[in-house]
Amino acid sequence: MRHLIDIMDFSAAEIDELIATATDIVAHPEKYREKCRYKKLATLFFEPSTRTRLSFEAAMMELGGQVLGFSEASSSSAAKGESVADTAAIVSGYADIIAMRHPKEGAPLVAASKSDVPIINAGDGGHFHPTQTLTDLFTIHLEKGSFENLTVGLCGDLKFGRTVHSLIAALSRYTGIRFVLISPEELKVPSYVKNTYIKEKGIPYKQTTSLDEAMPELDVLYMTRVQRERFFNEEDYLRLRDSYILTPEKMEKAKKDMIVLHPLPRVNEISTEVDKDPRAAYFRQAKNGKFIRMALILKLLEVD
Amino acid sequence: MRVDAIKNGIVLDHIEAGRALEIYHLLSLDKVSCPVAILTNVSSEKMGKKDIIKIDGALSLPLEILGVISPSITIVLVEDGKVREKRHVSLPKEVTDFLRCKNPRCITSTEQGIHHRFHLTGEKNAVYRCVYCDAQWS
Ligand SMILES: [Zn+2]
Repeated sequence: MRHLIDIMDFSAAEIDELIATATDIVAHPEKYREKCRYKKLATLFFEPSTRTRLSFEAAMMELGGQVLGFSEASSSSAAKGESVADTAAIVSGYADIIAMRHPKEGAPLVAASKSDVPIINAGDGGHFHPTQTLTDLFTIHLEKGSFENLTVGLCGDLKFGRTVHSLIAALSRYTGIRFVLISPEELKVPSYVKNTYIKEKGIPYKQTTSLDEAMPELDVLYMTRVQRERFFNEEDYLRLRDSYILTPEKMEKAKKDMIVLHPLPRVNEISTEVDKDPRAAYFRQAKNGKFIRMALILKLLEVD
Repeated sequence: MRVDAIKNGIVLDHIEAGRALEIYHLLSLDKVSCPVAILTNVSSEKMGKKDIIKIDGALSLPLEILGVISPSITIVLVEDGKVREKRHVSLPKEVTDFLRCKNPRCITSTEQGIHHRFHLTGEKNAVYRCVYCDAQWS
């Protein structure tokens, strides 16, 4: 039995397999309508995240399965002080697979140690969010055809943005990848991430503070939010925030087939005028999340 | 007890300066009945300043784990006033229920009844990370 706690729990080959399944689901949804008949997915959301939860539930329903669960801690046994381990042990008696979101880092790993069924980490605080990374990877693959020889720009908060770290780690396993790390000095990629996944693997990369300058060379631009609470003073925040907003003017400098991704929700880091640009892939990305989650459920339930 | 002469016991030498008290508590030396001396900011050729702990008693302590705290530590075992053995601490691959994660967002800060586990990630710099939240232990 397998769990998905960290994206690196899966090999590159396994991720390729998931992407192949998800691609087939998009092409032939009817083939998959009964695959999980009589199976149940429990969504244990100890903190609310409506989009992620609905994506999981829609995924299970499209596979013909059923869903149960809760969407916030106050309506669950956690409010009465039950441990994560106990909740997992009990729910694994009711469901065939569990998607769990929890504000505490490492909670899904604790659940996995006590569960008789596969656990999917649907986000543990600011720690991991592997199904977001799967969604990112699937979108890049769908839009670009492969991961080979891509120049991937990551922009915004590269220090605290864990989805960025997971994406770097996952992409670093493919050949011909190049990274352009675009962030203010204060929010650069932590050195352990850079050393482990970029430098030690000999992957070419560039670090810059200018989104404008980086635009022309990118095949993929992954935008993230620069959050106010990361800065000591308002002045710095406002100055930096504005230089990392994606606008139609910046898009003019980009390649014709470049794509823009964003884990959503966005605040103002992508101007709404960019939405109608065909290169804006972030809404397609959100939709892709359902398909890759379907592929993931099939894999973990060992349904073929 | 003269701090320089131990008959039967253990000397923990070359402790990174300022960390002796932490080790004293981690090894629960406040609960032993034999004499224990803590020397801090002792001049050292190798380290500039170092701490030393001398334990005048043949105790069985989880000494191997000390590398996690301060990899520079040397363990000196004394028998009948003579040095019987001198060795460097090793770096265990995994440490269970010895360190506690200090990250307030970590599940170990609230969940009862789970093991506190750290694993070695950077051999050179002895970096230990919590297996649950990946926070670096320091
Ligand atoms: Zn921790």
